[in-house]
Amino acid sequence: MILGFLRAKGSLPAALALGLAWAAPALAEVPPSDWTVTSFTLDNGMQVVVIPDHRAPIVTHMVWYKVGSADEMPGKSGIAHFFEHLMFKGTANHKAGEFGQKVAEIGGSENAFTTYDYTAYHQTVTPAALETMMSFEADRMRNLVLTDAVIGPERDVILEERRARVETNPGALLNEEVDATLFQNEPYRIPVIGWMHEIEKLNRVDATAFYNQYYAPNNAILIVAGDVEPDTVKALAEKTYGKVARGPDLPPRIRPKEPEHNTKRTVELTDERVSIPSFSKAWVVPSYQTAKAGEAEALDLLSEILGGGNRSRLYQGLVVKDGIASSAGAMFEGTMVDDTSFTVYGAPRGEAGLEQVEAAVDVEIRRIINDGVTADELDKAKDRFVRAMIFARDNQSSMANIYGSTLATGGTVEDIEKWPERVQAVTVDQIKAVAAKYLNPDHSVAGYLLPSKTVEK
Amino acid sequence: MTTLTAMRFRVLVSAMTLTLALMFLVLPAVVAARAEVRIQEVKSDKGITAWLVEDYSVPIIAIKFRFDGGSTQDPLGKEGLGNLMTGLFDEGAGDLDSEAFQTKLDEAGAEMGFSESKDAVGGGMRMLADRQDEAFDLLELAVEKPRFDQAPIDRMRSQIISGIVANARDPETQASRKWAEAIYSSHPYARPDTGTEASLATVTAEDLRAFHKANFTRENLHVAVVGAIDAETLKKRLDEVFGDLPEKAQLRPVERAEPKLGQTMHIEYPLPQTSLQLVYPGVSREAPDFLAAALMDHILGGGTFSSRLFDEVREKRGLAYSVSSALIDQAHSASLVIGTATRSDRSAETLGVIRDVVRKMAEEGPTEAELDAAKKYMIGAYAINNLDSSGAIAGTLVDLQTDKLGIDYIQRRVDLINAVKLDDVKAAARKLLSVEPAIMILGPKLAEATKG
Repeated sequence: MILGFLRAKGSLPAALALGLAWAAPALAEVPPSDWTVTSFTLDNGMQVVVIPDHRAPIVTHMVWYKVGSADEMPGKSGIAHFFEHLMFKGTANHKAGEFGQKVAEIGGSENAFTTYDYTAYHQTVTPAALETMMSFEADRMRNLVLTDAVIGPERDVILEERRARVETNPGALLNEEVDATLFQNEPYRIPVIGWMHEIEKLNRVDATAFYNQYYAPNNAILIVAGDVEPDTVKALAEKTYGKVARGPDLPPRIRPKEPEHNTKRTVELTDERVSIPSFSKAWVVPSYQTAKAGEAEALDLLSEILGGGNRSRLYQGLVVKDGIASSAGAMFEGTMVDDTSFTVYGAPRGEAGLEQVEAAVDVEIRRIINDGVTADELDKAKDRFVRAMIFARDNQSSMANIYGSTLATGGTVEDIEKWPERVQAVTVDQIKAVAAKYLNPDHSVAGYLLPSKTVEK
Repeated sequence: MTTLTAMRFRVLVSAMTLTLALMFLVLPAVVAARAEVRIQEVKSDKGITAWLVEDYSVPIIAIKFRFDGGSTQDPLGKEGLGNLMTGLFDEGAGDLDSEAFQTKLDEAGAEMGFSESKDAVGGGMRMLADRQDEAFDLLELAVEKPRFDQAPIDRMRSQIISGIVANARDPETQASRKWAEAIYSSHPYARPDTGTEASLATVTAEDLRAFHKANFTRENLHVAVVGAIDAETLKKRLDEVFGDLPEKAQLRPVERAEPKLGQTMHIEYPLPQTSLQLVYPGVSREAPDFLAAALMDHILGGGTFSSRLFDEVREKRGLAYSVSSALIDQAHSASLVIGTATRSDRSAETLGVIRDVVRKMAEEGPTEAELDAAKKYMIGAYAINNLDSSGAIAGTLVDLQTDKLGIDYIQRRVDLINAVKLDDVKAAARKLLSVEPAIMILGPKLAEATKG
């Protein structure tokens, strides 16, 4: 889940949601010099990545903090996201709104978002304005002025945000509780936006403590993508971010791990606004950070082959061939610090019932566990991944997101650059193996969104 | 993480929300740009015109095109016909059935999509430059020779109907239907784009063929291409893909629709949040005061974090997460729409605040400083919002053609914006915002009397 300061208009969260969060820039047919990514670290520990793209006089400037909702203290759910909103308030040097006015003055766009594992702030501007953006962003890294006067109304705003995103939406309410059931111990069990009763109590002391603990250059990554040279970025970064003092060393992000799962669990939500039922089924699986070599790549490809689009087994089998589903697919969220989820979903159409759709999804999974996938299916899935990387290069914010999300979850620039090779190396046997190992039908969590029983169809 | 809503409908299945975009085609209000984008006009041997931006830095080609018409062209009783058609272009064309077509498309590494609005059917493809022969061949088949086989029609229809039924008890979807009827009464804009169970049931392959023949013609076509392709090659491609379409469109005339203002519709529903929507008159794109109105709208509620509505409703009072205004310019109607979702126990207060902000803008207009800032924003934002990827550039060029703004508009735009005077903007504010709006309220009873 990705939450933003403002409902996203642009492509940033969408790029992540594509399931293509891992992609690589260096492809054979492009002269490497045009796309060489530069990475270095400032003396105060801030990591910097520069992704060149000289096609238009635009630059995307992002600062990623290695803190998300999964790093919150017990009882303080929502503080990471709440704090993201507070970053738009005034600092000791600039009154509230001044930064935004500077961005607007040049027609720039800006926003921010919070996920389980990271929080990012970004502006897209003309290259001439880059230094100003860096200067403001560096300023609010340490100089925010947090008073009760700004905190009260902003807490009301995020309570409205929660109502808009979750409370008014039965599907979102169900998803929250599916996650809380799927993850028995990991903090991914708690929604990024936070639980209502805990958000209501967040205050200035919480916000200040959170700020002082996590907002420092040695916990941040600067990504600059666009029409600018690495040397320029380096000079500007040293002049702005370089002046911010290193913060205390942060301990490694060691969080509670999942215990063994031994049960099949079910979460149901019945709501009178629902007319057609739907279901999801999820398992805890390794992420790119926690997986043994090759397993995360195999899970990514499995998700593509099983349910990645209209050529997938689920879509072709349930929607096209059997004609029992209006939708069916699979998702794997690989770019995460800890063990993550693999999800399948579907909804019936026509005379078919939900049980029939679920049974058919189970059959497709079982077929892969028993018989594996074909070499042709695997090759086509790999081709789609490689193609998606080329298309990703067409949008500098997609590239910035790929690097930012990877680095902020513990990956490296090299991980990104070698990803295509690792994908190409996955074999049909590995796909079958991860399916058998992780998609155990007896250890899953199913979520059912159901029509109110009192209402006839 | 897990989500039940991330379903892969390939046809938009009335996934409407009560945000501003609802039932209106949102035109990216005022658009302008930078001189850096070099646009060539390319005319093929058969007379197809396209705008081209050549760029070889990423080995891809993006093409976007649009046929004027859209859901207003659905015959009465066959609502949803055009939308259904947009789901069928990769479901069989020429000698290829659905399976064969999709396999080839996947192998070609190309992505193709079609969609419909009230006023047009749009399509596009992005492809790898070194696989363009296969990709353009498939696009040609899809555009000129869609098969409309019965099995895909039935499947797609039943998927769309599933979506309609799924939303049958969703208060926001149902409210937006009622609201469209209240605003547009018998005009085609009041009809549901995706149709109804009953209207979709009547649609036949013949209807689809007739719709395709009437709407996919050279006369009402706009095309833009961005990427690794030169003008000479593009000429051939244009003739391949569009050259054999009929010359003349057979579009049914659509009357100008005047939104019915001065009404309030309260749909009571026990929701934890109340949606508010206010509809005021708009300005059509061709009107001389369009830019003045667009600047006024930006100051009122168009700015990301700096509009008057944002300041008063969200920043000062914390009444809502999002509040904004937008100038909606459609082919046959124009309006200015303000929307928000606010805590239900303070919905009357929120409505009062919005109406106070509007009243002040109508009476006094913006300040010189606000106008200055809005102009700067609008001038700079063009490249950032409209030209940041091949697809975005192609889409912008199609918009410019549809709006008849001319191939040099991007150069002229800065001067046009700078020429707008404070008095023009005040006049636009008075003209649009002095009118009693149409107000929709979805949520529980207002907690207190409306102040506005």
